[in-house]
Amino acid sequence: MQDFNLNNSDQYFDVLKEIGNIGAGNATTALAQLLQCKVDMKVPQVRLLNFSEVGAAIGGEEQLMTGVYLLVEGDITGSMMFLLEETAAHNLVSKLMHVPQSEGKFSDMELSALKEIGNIIVASYLNSLSKLTNLTITPSVPDLCIDMAGAILSVPAIEFGEIGDRILMIQTEFTDEMTLNGYFILVPDLESYDKILTALGM
Amino acid sequence: MSEIIKVGMADLNVCKSPDGLTTLGLGSCVGIAIRDPLTKVGGLAHIMLPDSTAIKDNSNLPKFADTGIVELIDQIVKAGGSKARLVAKIAGGAQMFAFQSKSSLIKVGEKNVIAVKKKLEELKIPILAEDTGENYGRTVIFYPETGDFVIRAVGKPEKVI
Repeated sequence: MQDFNLNNSDQYFDVLKEIGNIGAGNATTALAQLLQCKVDMKVPQVRLLNFSEVGAAIGGEEQLMTGVYLLVEGDITGSMMFLLEETAAHNLVSKLMHVPQSEGKFSDMELSALKEIGNIIVASYLNSLSKLTNLTITPSVPDLCIDMAGAILSVPAIEFGEIGDRILMIQTEFTDEMTLNGYFILVPDLESYDKILTALGM
Repeated sequence: MSEIIKVGMADLNVCKSPDGLTTLGLGSCVGIAIRDPLTKVGGLAHIMLPDSTAIKDNSNLPKFADTGIVELIDQIVKAGGSKARLVAKIAGGAQMFAFQSKSSLIKVGEKNVIAVKKKLEELKIPILAEDTGENYGRTVIFYPETGDFVIRAVGKPEKVI
């Protein structure tokens, strides 16, 4: 098996793109079930970005974001992150809890709801990857962080940094009554890339 | 008119007074500000990983603490700084998530800070001030004119170290 290298991997990129599409689609369905309303999703944009482009791609490094992050265990290991703009996070929480939309700091109750939303979205994403590859993928309990986008993204960026100079990001636009921009970042360990690609017959 | 030059992730830049340098949203990465107080030439690096020798593809010098600091100093010297006069300030190296440790016991942010300090000590560049660790992101602005290193974080008052 040849070593996986994100810097020259056009053919792998297509596979990862397809995984991203299916995963984000599943996550949208889960979100609709959770909120008991119709949620549409635009075709996700899958991008391999240089570190220098990451900030601009998500609306600036200082944009306030909610990040849900968890570790992946099982046949493949690595980590997964779901990012949501702060206003979108407030909107989702208010829908789930049937309360008016708040602004600024989240209450403990809201934070816990947000963590659960993130958990469900990420778990359904990983679930579709697991079905697709027949590999066991177990997510850990997620952790939540609300901070500047650049700071949150430094976590997966550093993980990508160990294998190359680019970061693979899937941007999904959900629409219910308002448009929610969400970003998925899956960072399998180096050996796990090979496992995923092998499982898919590459 | 002075200008504030942006430094991206795994990137570095050098400027002369009255210009300044900034890097936005530092998380577990570390921002290293170095200047020559006499010629007022300074530089800022935004490193992501502690050790270039641990990674196979290590051609991107500013990505690593060891190679990034050496490259930053080279560029400051080229721009008119004297190596013997250089002083440093550092910020960042936060732990954004509680379980960010993964396989190793020391967290990546902490590892970055340790590596940066080690390299600066090796090169005999004194660290005048630092704002590192904790669990929040930082935007930093560095002014080689005064050596002021301005640190901004969400929901916290601005500070200058």
